[in-house]
Amino acid sequence: MRLQLDIALAHLRMRKRQSIVSLLGVSLGVGFFIAIAAMMQGFQQYFVAKIIDVSPHIIMKDEFREPPRQAVMQTYPGGAVRLEGVKPEDEPRGIKNGKAKVAELSRLPGVKVSAVLNGQVILRYGSKDVSANLVGIDPQHERLVSRIEDDLISGQLDDLYGTANGLILGEGLAAKLGARRGDTLTALSTAGAVLKMKVVGVFNTGITTLDNIQAYALLKKAQVLQNRVNVINEIRLRLDDVSQAEPLARRIEQRFAYRTESWEESNRNVLGIFVIQNGIMYSTTGAILIVAAFGIFNIISTVVMEKTRDIAILKSLGLTHRDIEIIFLLEGLLVGVVGTLLGWLVGYGLTEVLASIRFEIEGFVRTEGFRLNYSFGNYLFAGAMAVLAAAFAAFLPARKAARLDPVDIIRGAA
Amino acid sequence: MPAELPTELVVEARSLTRILPGTVPVTLVRDIDLGIGASEFVAITGPSGSGKSSLLYLLGLLDRPTEGEVLIEGQATGDLSDSDLAELRLTKLGFVFQFHFLLPEFGVLQNVMLPMRKAGGRDAREIRARAEQILIQLGLEDCLGKMTNQLSGGQRQRVAVARALANDPRIILADEPTGNLDTKNAGIVFDIFRRLVVEEGRSIVAVTHDPDLAARTDRRIHLVDGRVVAD
Repeated sequence: MRLQLDIALAHLRMRKRQSIVSLLGVSLGVGFFIAIAAMMQGFQQYFVAKIIDVSPHIIMKDEFREPPRQAVMQTYPGGAVRLEGVKPEDEPRGIKNGKAKVAELSRLPGVKVSAVLNGQVILRYGSKDVSANLVGIDPQHERLVSRIEDDLISGQLDDLYGTANGLILGEGLAAKLGARRGDTLTALSTAGAVLKMKVVGVFNTGITTLDNIQAYALLKKAQVLQNRVNVINEIRLRLDDVSQAEPLARRIEQRFAYRTESWEESNRNVLGIFVIQNGIMYSTTGAILIVAAFGIFNIISTVVMEKTRDIAILKSLGLTHRDIEIIFLLEGLLVGVVGTLLGWLVGYGLTEVLASIRFEIEGFVRTEGFRLNYSFGNYLFAGAMAVLAAAFAAFLPARKAARLDPVDIIRGAA
Repeated sequence: MPAELPTELVVEARSLTRILPGTVPVTLVRDIDLGIGASEFVAITGPSGSGKSSLLYLLGLLDRPTEGEVLIEGQATGDLSDSDLAELRLTKLGFVFQFHFLLPEFGVLQNVMLPMRKAGGRDAREIRARAEQILIQLGLEDCLGKMTNQLSGGQRQRVAVARALANDPRIILADEPTGNLDTKNAGIVFDIFRRLVVEEGRSIVAVTHDPDLAARTDRRIHLVDGRVVAD
């Protein structure tokens, strides 16, 4: 193997400039992949962590996935029955027998439960009317289910107990209203009730959509405002083991029939974007590596063409097909491996540069710089892809070289 | 190894025929029977296109015959795989071509060491020592540390001979070994060949169209249109 390696190295040294260009192609491909992957995965993980951190892992709502079926449909399943002019029953919304359900869910191991009433309100402060989503909570339970308490930038969750008609606003919402802690504003509900409420706190979750529309009040006050005393329309669960969210949500839905969403389901649209994002990342860096592979193919093909005589003489000296093939495969692998090592440095350097960039951005989440994921796996993956591409690019010319007939070449040269 | 043949032929051709396939098949050599003994210095002569080189490539296991077979030191080669043939070329045969065909990326020593490195069985120091020794024997002591492009044509061809000798083969096959050399250098190479035959008991088969060179060998095989017309 040493002999083949020496010959391969000699060939690459002879075409120094082309070798360096191919090498750069590979290392840029590897480097960019590492940097982009760190950036994308970093953001995605940050986002998912935020979601998991900030919002409940499972939410049971007072809705059904499928509208209840008419009695006649239930009696004749699959029958040719057609009903016209059916009017939906005006049933009072809310989770029926909510207390019992909360009690039952609370008994599940590793699960914290909070019952809330969610509803639209208009908040009026001065001349401003802003629509908001008012969540009626019991702070005692809610603090176990979401991170609202940690996200408060002013006031305290327990201030809701201490203040008559206390209200906690998202930072964006407060800004829109121009209200601050201590201000009193008016809340109007769709049920027609009006309540004077006092801002006792402001929170910032980092998730912009939440901060712009969400407000919290005591469950009892929310029920009064919505004119739905003792009604809850959402049960929120937080699990010790996040990965159990989806299967548990399915089990709960089967048990109670109410629509129950895990955090994965609630954020499916965003998680779907991540899949596309990753697709773009892989195809972009894949394209760089393909271009690099063409570079490798090019250099090795050139060497094979230039070195036909050497190949012939090596064969006449007693080197086998296999030896010749190994020489040229090694040339590709050398470019691939050295390019990967350089690419690791490039990737590390780029990641460091990205990490040092500071900016303020408000998208799905608020962040003041790139969130980066330093994963050794990305280095390995990029390296494996590069070496594989290099080996593949070298394979065709290497096989061609191995198949050259020395007699043809020596005859041609003479 | 089979038992030594009574005549001790180092290379033997049995009804050797090589036809290049194609729409118009070309017969390169036809029905050649030939035996070359130890310490024989043989010239293959003939007009161009008579099949001299083709015969040499067949004897050197670089090409496979359409019919017949080649025996190297009594060993039949017709059924051997390509890598077995390569192994035989490596250990039992040495080639010298009209062009030196030295590898330009390697130095003189490296070129001579190459076949030994492939063959294995010697450590790096032994290989280097033997390469130096061969080069010195061929009068190339000044060239040991040089690159091949620093040598004259005659010196290069002598390095090529040294490379052919690397694995101590009993048979040297040479294809117009002096074709590119002036008379003086051709004489030097020829003298080396003569010494290899007389002093070291090797057999040399050289294709040449140089009548002076041919005249100084022990045996001349004359080919016309792929057949032996005089031996």
